[in-house]
Amino acid sequence: MTGAAGGRGSRAYGLTIETQGLTKRFGQQLAVNDINLAVPPGAVFGFLGPNGSGKTTTIRMLLGLAAASAGTVRLLGMDMPGKFQEVLPHVGALVEGPAFYPFLSGTANLHRLDAATRHAAPATRKARVSEALERVGLGHAAGKRVHAYSLGMKQRLGIANALLSPRELLVLDEPTNGLDPQGTREVRNLVRSLAADGTTVFVSSHLLAEVEQICTHAAVMSAGRLVAQGPLPELRRSGTTGIRLVTPDTGAAMDVLARLGLFPELAAAQSDGGVVTAALAGNPAPEEIVAHLVEAGVRVRGFAVERESLEDRFVALTGEGFDVAQ
Amino acid sequence: MLPSSARLGASGTPGAEAGAAPRGSGLSLLWSELRVLFGRRRTWALLLALAAIPVLVAVAVRISSTVPPGRGPAFLDRITQNGLFVAFTAMLVSVPLFLPLTVGVVAGDTIAGEANMGTLRYLLVAPTGRVRLLLVKYAGALAFCLAAPVTVGLAGAAIGAALFPVGPVTLLSGDVIEAPEAALRILLIAAYLSVSLAGLSAIGLFLSTLTVVPVGAMAATVVVSVVSQVLDQLPQLEWLHPWLFSHYWLGFGDLLRQPVLWDSFASNALLQAGYVAVFGALAYGRFVTKDVLS
Repeated sequence: MTGAAGGRGSRAYGLTIETQGLTKRFGQQLAVNDINLAVPPGAVFGFLGPNGSGKTTTIRMLLGLAAASAGTVRLLGMDMPGKFQEVLPHVGALVEGPAFYPFLSGTANLHRLDAATRHAAPATRKARVSEALERVGLGHAAGKRVHAYSLGMKQRLGIANALLSPRELLVLDEPTNGLDPQGTREVRNLVRSLAADGTTVFVSSHLLAEVEQICTHAAVMSAGRLVAQGPLPELRRSGTTGIRLVTPDTGAAMDVLARLGLFPELAAAQSDGGVVTAALAGNPAPEEIVAHLVEAGVRVRGFAVERESLEDRFVALTGEGFDVAQ
Repeated sequence: MLPSSARLGASGTPGAEAGAAPRGSGLSLLWSELRVLFGRRRTWALLLALAAIPVLVAVAVRISSTVPPGRGPAFLDRITQNGLFVAFTAMLVSVPLFLPLTVGVVAGDTIAGEANMGTLRYLLVAPTGRVRLLLVKYAGALAFCLAAPVTVGLAGAAIGAALFPVGPVTLLSGDVIEAPEAALRILLIAAYLSVSLAGLSAIGLFLSTLTVVPVGAMAATVVVSVVSQVLDQLPQLEWLHPWLFSHYWLGFGDLLRQPVLWDSFASNALLQAGYVAVFGALAYGRFVTKDVLS
């Protein structure tokens, strides 16, 4: 058994989350189709995909809320849902939005959920609850009924619930839903600080920018399938790069680029010039391109080598972009 | 603000690690369940509605000068002589509909209510074992079954004592008991009714595992109780009557004899235990394998 706080340095498992052939079928529909997730310890793992691509269903199976139609789940090196009594106390979760008893105060709600955890020490409950509330900035509203909370406050309370005990793994399903930009930034900082302490964080999101900023690893779901997975730099590297040229001589520039074997496109045209882009395939080097352009008398006002953004890459992977899956 | 402080809970709770042996806080959740149930305005509204029944009965009798003997519910004509009969009358009156109605609301809400609010998934990942949650939920429903008849009885005794004289009570067997012992009999009948409602609660618990719409489970539970009572009225189905969970609901007259006849109490308890076993098993079978998708 891995202790929550003390055993961090001596994890007895290779992967924090490991699924093999995980599949969920609802009637005829395959919601999750044969996915093999591998989340290493200590990672901040972004779980991306359009709405309806199977992220939440996967999370439900990870946590034992729904039974897998096929495949296995191991959390913290133990089988789920078989060992849920040993696993889940070390796992904090925010699943498909926060949910609370509207007629209870924030504090009372957390007390209730902590009481539901068989192993949570009643003696420290009060302290842990108020600490968690402070941590998400709800100290002032702790005594208010959740009924009167805004969506953002409920979201914070949900995160506070995930932090009630020391955790080895946090599963956060769309943690910034309903939060204002300030709240979003706070969640990012919180995730960073938790990760710095060694907690593995599994964040699902359909907002790529969010994930890009905090994650070390990512996986992409599309229509129930896992279409990419790995460390973020690796995912980025497999994307293409391109150049972006600002010049008044767009026609001449495109001729030069075409002669160099590139496929230039006029990205923006104005009366006094425009922007030309082209994908880069290694040869020629960017500096050579500039030399050729200048040689040909093209007035270069701006030149940049741009890596394809992760978003472009993911849109390419998921096909439909970040819209609802068909 | 979310200050990036040290790991939450890591301070001051070295023994609080979840890996430690269970610390016997299994009652924690039950306590929490009772607090949530009885801290809820809805529960109080239900109990207040039940308490209103004896009040209505007593006030109606008080303002109408005479009650013709032999009309209306049993005991009604005795109220003017002895206020304690308000309690007996009210309990009798509330058996067919009011008690099953309130119990249906509470029992039908057990699982479906949590599912509807979404709190079910958080209880389960806390983690609460499904069996444990089911047991605690049923225990909560039973606590309400205990509170509901007691509320009717005590409210009846109180309003009766306030509006009418209180004195020795003549039992069905003709014996006379003093007022304090009569109060005890009121509690005894309340206990009988609590036991009577245990089966219906188990049915409600089962129905509650079938849906995420609590109102549906509540209504279904109430309908089941009405159907059972209707069937109990049909002479053609006499063979079925001893198996209906409502069969002994009105059989508490034996508790108003001297000495007390425990036969119907025992038969009732046995029947209710059977219903609890069957519908408890069904609820278990359904809930343990259920995908929680709400």
